Amino acid sequence: MQASEIFEHIKLKFPQVSVDELGGAVVVPKELFLEVAGYLKSGELFFDNLHCVTALDRKDRIELVYIFYSFKMRHRLILKVYLPAGDPEAESLAQFYRSADWFEREVYDMFGVKFRGHPDLRRILNPPDWEGYPLRKDYSHPDLIIKPRD
Amino acid sequence: MAIVEKVLGTEFIKKFPGGSIGLAASESVFKWAKASSLWPMTFGLACCAFEMIAAGAARFDIDRFGSGVFRASPRQCDVMIVAGTICVKMGECMKRLYAQMPEPKYVIAMGDCAISGGIFYHDTYSVVKGTESLGIPVDVYVPGCPPRPENLLFGLMKLQEKVRKEKNAGK
Repeated sequence: MQASEIFEHIKLKFPQVSVDELGGAVVVPKELFLEVAGYLKSGELFFDNLHCVTALDRKDRIELVYIFYSFKMRHRLILKVYLPAGDPEAESLAQFYRSADWFEREVYDMFGVKFRGHPDLRRILNPPDWEGYPLRKDYSHPDLIIKPRD
Repeated sequence: MAIVEKVLGTEFIKKFPGGSIGLAASESVFKWAKASSLWPMTFGLACCAFEMIAAGAARFDIDRFGSGVFRASPRQCDVMIVAGTICVKMGECMKRLYAQMPEPKYVIAMGDCAISGGIFYHDTYSVVKGTESLGIPVDVYVPGCPPRPENLLFGLMKLQEKVRKEKNAGK
Protein backbone atom coordinates (compact mmCIF):
# COMPACT_ATOMS: atom_id res chain seq x y z
CA MET A 1 0.00 0.00 0.00
CA GLN A 2 1.26 3.47 -0.83
CA ALA A 3 1.98 6.00 1.91
CA SER A 4 -0.93 8.19 0.80
CA GLU A 5 -3.36 5.27 1.01
CA ILE A 6 -2.15 4.40 4.49
CA PHE A 7 -2.61 8.01 5.48
CA GLU A 8 -6.19 7.96 4.17
CA HIS A 9 -6.89 4.84 6.24
CA ILE A 10 -5.62 6.46 9.40
CA LYS A 11 -7.35 9.73 8.59
CA LEU A 12 -10.71 7.94 8.34
CA LYS A 13 -10.28 6.52 11.82
CA PHE A 14 -8.53 9.50 13.45
CA PRO A 15 -9.41 12.83 11.80
CA GLN A 16 -6.91 14.76 13.98
CA VAL A 17 -3.79 13.32 12.30
CA SER A 18 -1.95 15.36 9.67
CA VAL A 19 1.05 15.13 7.35
CA ASP A 20 4.32 16.84 8.26
CA GLU A 21 5.87 19.67 6.23
CA LEU A 22 7.90 17.34 4.01
CA GLY A 23 4.90 15.15 3.29
CA GLY A 24 6.58 11.85 4.15
CA ALA A 25 5.38 11.31 7.69
CA VAL A 26 2.13 11.20 9.57
CA VAL A 27 1.97 13.53 12.58
CA VAL A 28 -0.10 12.30 15.48
CA PRO A 29 -1.10 14.44 18.49
CA LYS A 30 0.59 13.01 21.57
CA GLU A 31 -2.71 12.47 23.42
CA LEU A 32 -3.89 10.23 20.61
CA PHE A 33 -0.62 8.40 20.07
CA LEU A 34 -1.26 5.26 22.10
CA GLU A 35 -4.65 4.82 20.47
CA VAL A 36 -3.22 5.21 16.95
CA ALA A 37 -0.41 2.77 17.73
CA GLY A 38 -2.92 0.22 18.98
CA TYR A 39 -4.86 0.63 15.75
CA LEU A 40 -1.71 0.23 13.63
CA LYS A 41 -0.78 -2.93 15.51
CA SER A 42 -4.13 -4.68 15.46
CA GLY A 43 -6.17 -2.88 12.79
CA GLU A 44 -6.49 -3.68 9.10
CA LEU A 45 -3.08 -2.16 8.27
CA PHE A 46 -1.19 -5.07 9.93
CA PHE A 47 1.83 -3.13 11.17
CA ASP A 48 3.40 -6.03 13.03
CA ASN A 49 6.93 -4.64 13.24
CA LEU A 50 8.27 -1.51 14.88
CA HIS A 51 11.36 -0.93 12.80
CA CYS A 52 12.98 2.07 14.45
CA VAL A 53 12.39 4.76 17.03
CA THR A 54 14.49 7.91 17.01
CA ALA A 55 14.12 11.58 17.78
CA LEU A 56 15.07 15.00 16.48
CA ASP A 57 15.85 18.08 18.55
CA ARG A 58 14.28 21.08 16.78
CA LYS A 59 15.12 23.39 19.71
CA ASP A 60 11.50 24.51 20.20
CA ARG A 61 10.23 20.93 20.18
CA ILE A 62 11.40 17.35 20.17
CA GLU A 63 10.09 15.12 17.40
CA LEU A 64 9.78 11.42 18.00
CA VAL A 65 10.07 9.44 14.78
CA TYR A 66 8.65 5.94 14.54
CA ILE A 67 9.02 3.68 11.54
CA PHE A 68 6.49 0.88 11.33
CA TYR A 69 6.69 -2.01 8.90
CA SER A 70 4.26 -4.71 7.93
CA PHE A 71 5.70 -8.08 6.95
CA LYS A 72 2.30 -9.24 5.75
CA MET A 73 1.44 -6.23 3.58
CA ARG A 74 5.04 -5.15 2.87
CA HIS A 75 4.36 -1.50 3.45
CA ARG A 76 5.77 0.97 5.92
CA LEU A 77 4.79 4.12 7.73
CA ILE A 78 6.77 6.96 9.25
CA LEU A 79 4.97 8.43 12.21
CA LYS A 80 5.95 11.54 14.14
CA VAL A 81 4.92 12.82 17.54
CA TYR A 82 5.81 16.38 18.54
CA LEU A 83 6.75 16.95 22.15
CA PRO A 84 7.44 20.24 23.90
CA ALA A 85 11.14 20.92 24.66
CA GLY A 86 12.28 20.94 28.24
CA ASP A 87 10.93 17.88 29.94
CA PRO A 88 9.40 15.76 27.17
CA GLU A 89 7.23 12.80 28.04
CA ALA A 90 5.54 10.29 25.77
CA GLU A 91 3.62 7.06 25.97
CA SER A 92 5.63 3.86 25.67
CA LEU A 93 4.85 1.38 22.92
CA ALA A 94 6.38 -1.52 24.82
CA GLN A 95 2.93 -3.02 25.45
CA PHE A 96 2.39 -3.39 21.67
CA TYR A 97 5.90 -3.99 20.36
CA ARG A 98 8.64 -5.77 22.30
CA SER A 99 11.28 -4.01 20.18
CA ALA A 100 10.12 -0.66 21.55
CA ASP A 101 11.76 -1.53 24.87
CA TRP A 102 15.36 -0.93 23.77
CA PHE A 103 14.53 1.70 21.14
CA GLU A 104 12.85 3.84 23.75
CA ARG A 105 15.71 3.32 26.15
CA GLU A 106 18.05 4.66 23.48
CA VAL A 107 15.85 7.70 22.87
CA TYR A 108 15.73 8.27 26.62
CA ASP A 109 19.51 7.94 26.81
CA MET A 110 20.22 10.38 23.99
CA PHE A 111 17.32 12.86 24.19
CA GLY A 112 15.89 12.50 27.68
CA VAL A 113 12.38 11.65 26.56
CA LYS A 114 10.59 9.88 29.40
CA PHE A 115 8.30 7.07 28.31
CA ARG A 116 5.29 6.44 30.49
CA GLY A 117 4.56 2.77 31.02
CA HIS A 118 8.01 1.58 29.93
CA PRO A 119 9.02 -1.62 31.75
CA ASP A 120 12.66 -0.72 32.36
CA LEU A 121 13.55 2.86 31.50
CA ARG A 122 17.28 3.36 32.07
CA ARG A 123 20.32 4.25 29.98
CA ILE A 124 21.35 1.71 27.36
CA LEU A 125 24.50 3.04 25.63
CA ASN A 126 26.05 5.58 27.96
CA PRO A 127 27.33 4.64 31.41
CA PRO A 128 24.58 4.55 34.06
CA ASP A 129 26.01 7.55 35.93
CA TRP A 130 26.14 9.75 32.82
CA GLU A 131 24.75 13.25 33.19
CA GLY A 132 22.77 15.01 30.50
CA TYR A 133 21.44 13.87 27.16
CA PRO A 134 24.20 13.99 24.49
CA LEU A 135 22.13 14.45 21.33
CA ARG A 136 20.23 17.47 22.62
CA LYS A 137 21.27 20.68 20.89
CA ASP A 138 22.02 22.40 24.21
CA TYR A 139 24.21 19.56 25.53
CA SER A 140 27.56 20.51 26.99
CA HIS A 141 30.24 18.61 28.86
CA PRO A 142 33.71 19.63 30.10
CA ASP A 143 35.38 16.96 27.91
CA LEU A 144 33.45 17.97 24.80
CA ILE A 145 35.73 20.02 22.57
CA ILE A 146 33.77 22.07 20.05
CA LYS A 147 35.43 22.38 16.66
CA PRO A 148 36.21 26.02 15.86
CA ARG A 149 34.03 27.14 12.95
CA ASP A 150 35.07 29.93 10.62
CA MET B 1 67.28 0.68 4.99
CA ALA B 2 68.89 -1.16 7.87
CA ILE B 3 66.14 -0.82 10.46
CA VAL B 4 67.33 -3.82 12.39
CA GLU B 5 70.99 -3.95 11.59
CA LYS B 6 71.50 -7.60 12.31
CA VAL B 7 69.58 -10.68 13.18
CA LEU B 8 68.52 -10.71 16.82
CA GLY B 9 70.79 -12.71 19.05
CA THR B 10 73.73 -13.02 16.67
CA GLU B 11 75.84 -10.78 18.88
CA PHE B 12 75.84 -13.55 21.47
CA ILE B 13 77.40 -16.11 19.13
CA LYS B 14 81.15 -16.27 19.30
CA LYS B 15 83.08 -18.30 16.73
CA PHE B 16 85.61 -20.70 18.10
CA PRO B 17 87.80 -23.20 16.29
CA GLY B 18 85.78 -26.35 15.96
CA GLY B 19 82.35 -24.72 16.42
CA SER B 20 80.58 -21.75 17.97
CA ILE B 21 79.48 -20.93 21.50
CA GLY B 22 77.01 -18.54 23.02
CA LEU B 23 78.62 -16.03 25.35
CA ALA B 24 76.77 -13.08 26.91
CA ALA B 25 75.79 -11.39 30.14
CA SER B 26 72.71 -13.07 31.58
CA GLU B 27 70.78 -9.79 31.60
CA SER B 28 71.20 -9.27 27.89
CA VAL B 29 70.02 -12.83 27.28
CA PHE B 30 66.92 -12.19 29.37
CA LYS B 31 66.26 -8.96 27.51
CA TRP B 32 66.72 -10.69 24.19
CA ALA B 33 64.28 -13.40 25.26
CA LYS B 34 61.80 -10.82 26.53
CA ALA B 35 61.97 -8.69 23.39
CA SER B 36 61.55 -11.75 21.20
CA SER B 37 58.38 -13.00 22.90
CA LEU B 38 56.16 -9.99 23.46
CA TRP B 39 52.75 -11.58 23.76
CA PRO B 40 49.94 -9.20 22.83
CA MET B 41 46.44 -9.19 24.21
CA THR B 42 43.46 -10.19 22.06
CA PHE B 43 41.99 -6.76 22.23
CA GLY B 44 40.60 -4.73 19.35
CA LEU B 45 38.41 -1.69 19.83
CA ALA B 46 37.56 -0.52 16.33
CA CYS B 47 38.69 -0.65 12.71
CA CYS B 48 42.42 -0.59 13.58
CA ALA B 49 41.85 -4.04 15.02
CA PHE B 50 41.49 -5.37 11.47
CA GLU B 51 44.91 -4.08 10.58
CA MET B 52 46.17 -5.79 13.72
CA ILE B 53 44.44 -9.00 12.65
CA ALA B 54 46.00 -8.66 9.19
CA ALA B 55 49.37 -8.23 10.87
CA GLY B 56 48.70 -11.46 12.70
CA ALA B 57 47.70 -13.38 9.58
CA ALA B 58 49.96 -15.13 7.07
CA ARG B 59 50.68 -12.22 4.73
CA PHE B 60 52.37 -10.02 7.34
CA ASP B 61 52.89 -12.66 10.01
CA ILE B 62 53.61 -10.95 13.31
CA ASP B 63 54.79 -14.36 14.52
CA ARG B 64 58.15 -13.66 12.86
CA PHE B 65 58.78 -11.23 15.71
CA GLY B 66 57.59 -13.58 18.42
CA SER B 67 54.36 -11.64 18.96
CA GLY B 68 51.91 -13.97 17.30
CA VAL B 69 50.61 -15.44 20.52
CA PHE B 70 47.51 -13.32 21.06
CA ARG B 71 46.40 -14.24 24.56
CA ALA B 72 42.77 -14.07 25.61
CA SER B 73 43.65 -13.21 29.19
CA PRO B 74 45.45 -10.05 30.32
CA ARG B 75 47.28 -12.14 32.94
CA GLN B 76 49.34 -13.82 30.20
CA CYS B 77 50.17 -10.71 28.18
CA ASP B 78 53.21 -8.50 27.85
CA VAL B 79 51.92 -5.89 25.47
CA MET B 80 48.54 -4.25 25.02
CA ILE B 81 47.97 -3.05 21.46
CA VAL B 82 45.31 -0.36 21.78
CA ALA B 83 43.82 -0.76 18.32
CA GLY B 84 40.97 1.64 17.81
CA THR B 85 38.67 4.30 19.22
CA ILE B 86 38.38 4.30 22.99
CA CYS B 87 34.85 5.03 24.15
CA VAL B 88 34.23 6.39 27.62
CA LYS B 89 32.59 3.15 28.65
CA MET B 90 35.42 1.04 27.23
CA GLY B 91 38.00 3.26 28.93
CA GLU B 92 37.01 1.87 32.31
CA CYS B 93 37.45 -1.69 31.02
CA MET B 94 40.83 -0.76 29.55
CA LYS B 95 42.06 0.59 32.87
CA ARG B 96 41.06 -2.67 34.51
CA LEU B 97 42.68 -4.78 31.78
CA TYR B 98 45.89 -2.80 32.07
CA ALA B 99 45.87 -3.24 35.84
CA GLN B 100 45.42 -6.99 35.40
CA MET B 101 48.49 -7.37 33.18
CA PRO B 102 51.59 -8.59 35.00
CA GLU B 103 54.78 -6.51 35.03
CA PRO B 104 56.70 -5.85 32.86
CA LYS B 105 53.96 -4.55 30.60
CA TYR B 106 54.03 -2.38 27.51
CA VAL B 107 51.44 -0.45 25.56
CA ILE B 108 51.35 0.29 21.84
CA ALA B 109 48.86 3.01 20.91
CA MET B 110 47.84 2.06 17.40
CA GLY B 111 46.10 4.60 15.21
CA ASP B 112 45.11 8.23 15.62
CA CYS B 113 42.14 7.47 17.87
CA ALA B 114 44.25 5.65 20.42
CA ILE B 115 46.85 8.44 20.31
CA SER B 116 44.65 11.52 20.63
CA GLY B 117 41.05 10.75 19.76
CA GLY B 118 41.77 11.21 16.07
CA ILE B 119 38.80 12.24 13.96
CA PHE B 120 36.65 12.01 17.09
CA TYR B 121 38.62 14.72 18.89
CA HIS B 122 36.06 17.44 18.14
CA ASP B 123 32.33 17.44 18.83
CA THR B 124 32.19 13.92 20.24
CA TYR B 125 30.88 13.28 23.70
CA SER B 126 31.65 9.58 23.94
CA VAL B 127 35.31 9.24 22.95
CA VAL B 128 38.34 9.39 25.23
CA LYS B 129 41.08 11.70 23.91
CA GLY B 130 43.78 9.08 23.66
CA THR B 131 45.25 6.32 25.78
CA GLU B 132 47.43 8.66 27.84
CA SER B 133 44.40 10.60 29.07
CA LEU B 134 43.21 7.42 30.78
CA GLY B 135 46.42 7.36 32.79
CA ILE B 136 47.85 4.39 30.89
CA PRO B 137 51.48 5.04 29.89
CA VAL B 138 52.21 4.44 26.21
CA ASP B 139 55.55 3.06 25.02
CA VAL B 140 55.14 3.27 21.26
CA TYR B 141 52.81 5.40 19.17
CA VAL B 142 51.88 4.09 15.74
CA PRO B 143 50.19 6.92 13.82
CA GLY B 144 47.86 6.42 10.87
CA CYS B 145 44.17 6.13 10.22
CA PRO B 146 44.42 3.20 10.20
CA PRO B 147 48.14 2.36 10.15
CA ARG B 148 49.07 -0.41 7.78
CA PRO B 149 50.22 -3.74 9.22
CA GLU B 150 53.80 -2.81 8.28
CA ASN B 151 53.49 0.26 10.49
CA LEU B 152 52.38 -1.91 13.38
CA LEU B 153 55.28 -4.27 12.78
CA PHE B 154 57.65 -1.30 12.74
CA GLY B 155 56.12 -0.11 16.01
CA LEU B 156 56.66 -3.57 17.44
CA MET B 157 60.30 -3.52 16.32
CA LYS B 158 60.71 -0.15 18.01
CA LEU B 159 59.25 -1.63 21.17
CA GLN B 160 61.68 -4.55 20.95
CA GLU B 161 64.48 -2.03 20.60
CA LYS B 162 63.24 -0.27 23.70
CA VAL B 163 63.06 -3.51 25.65
CA ARG B 164 66.61 -4.45 24.62
CA LYS B 165 67.95 -1.06 25.69
CA GLU B 166 66.27 -1.01 29.07
CA LYS B 167 68.62 -0.31 31.96
CA ASN B 168 67.35 -3.01 34.31
CA ALA B 169 65.60 -6.13 33.16
CA GLY B 170 62.81 -5.81 35.73
CA LYS B 171 61.50 -2.51 34.32
